[in-house]
Amino acid sequence: MINKIVQSMADAMAGIKDGSTVLIGGFGAVGQPDQLIEALIEQGAKDLVCVANNAGNGRVGLAKLMELGRVRKIICSFPRSAGSVVFEELYRAGKIELEIVPQGTMAERMRAAGAGVPAFFTATSVGTILAHGKEEREFNGRRYVMEHALKGDVALVEAWEGDRWGNLTYRSSGRNFNPVMAMAADLTIAQVSHIRELGELVPENVHTPGIFVNRVIHVDRGPAWA
Amino acid sequence: MQGFDRKGMAARLAQDIPEGWIVNLGIGIPTMVGDYVPLEREVIFHSENGILGMGPAPAADKVDPWLVNAGKQPVTLRPGGSYCHHADSFAMIRGGHIDLCVLGAFEVAANGDIANWATSENDTAPAVGGAMDLGAGAKRLWVIMEHTTKDGRPKLVEQCGYPLTTPAAVKRVYTNLGVFDVVPGKGFVVVDLAPGLTLEQVQSVTGAPLHTQ
Repeated sequence: MINKIVQSMADAMAGIKDGSTVLIGGFGAVGQPDQLIEALIEQGAKDLVCVANNAGNGRVGLAKLMELGRVRKIICSFPRSAGSVVFEELYRAGKIELEIVPQGTMAERMRAAGAGVPAFFTATSVGTILAHGKEEREFNGRRYVMEHALKGDVALVEAWEGDRWGNLTYRSSGRNFNPVMAMAADLTIAQVSHIRELGELVPENVHTPGIFVNRVIHVDRGPAWA
Repeated sequence: MQGFDRKGMAARLAQDIPEGWIVNLGIGIPTMVGDYVPLEREVIFHSENGILGMGPAPAADKVDPWLVNAGKQPVTLRPGGSYCHHADSFAMIRGGHIDLCVLGAFEVAANGDIANWATSENDTAPAVGGAMDLGAGAKRLWVIMEHTTKDGRPKLVEQCGYPLTTPAAVKRVYTNLGVFDVVPGKGFVVVDLAPGLTLEQVQSVTGAPLHTQ
């Protein structure tokens, strides 16, 4: 019997190594796997490269992981959100490396990694400082810049429902980066608000097929997110 | 010189969005534009975080924490609306499927260059978000911004001083002082000025020549 559902956060985090590239879903707080990030803090892996749209808020979750000195580098599109205090302190002190990536390029780089595409060309960032040092080519009279696939060792994703085969659905705008991150990592761990029996999810409505998911853990996010 | 306030600017731009367009609104004044497109005019709003058919902000007791716009503010979904993941959402942008994108800016140059994401080459932690994708991918890019900086320097300029978001992308600029087309080979062309203002007055706070049609 295939059963990807794990019962403890220790089991969910098992085997995450120092130096891993960790993809973290969410757009701000929505679709962000808060409990998995807390579990990663507990688990202890360090020297991490974290890929997330934002660079954490307050002093919890990703911000706490950074404050503990466990993140070597962050790859994101929008680090300067209100409340990203920890990141800004570390960045000014030269204690964290930043790779800034246009949001669509970031999503596409992970989609490409998941789809076996090593690199692609895009018009985004052409003629800007973010294209410096990158190969450019012209297609049909327009210039494009080459971007490389962005693969994760681990993806932490947040979903609404999951079953023991790893099939996932997401809740409204909580989908965001989660499906592309799920497909782009060697080890994808999903926290889900609801565990469903096999066959209970409508096949046509599965957002992330289980092939992209390795572990599923049930997390009760409380009444605010019910 | 006063001209429009922010609501007036947003309302002025909203007049020019026809029924049927798919529109992405950036953070700040651009977001306010949505408030001035009447619901019976069917304009489909796209939000980069995977919403097509976004509706206005909900009443305080109807807030759904799962449903936010690009600025992370609570929004609603209109009947017919749908959700998608980030790669599909940006495929809509980068694949040229969005009719109009409205962004704020630090500067717009007479050749259509836009600078709106970083204030120097060594900005402490610049934040680009989806701006470069929208600038390069939308069918039309309009900018809505104050005509000058808080200390009175022009934001419509010959050449941007700040790092570019996208070269030669802006088609039209809406400011508190008027509406200006960006015409290739010509520069800023006045569409109309805010009530009571003269071309000379507006030119005096503009960093590039203003042409008349």
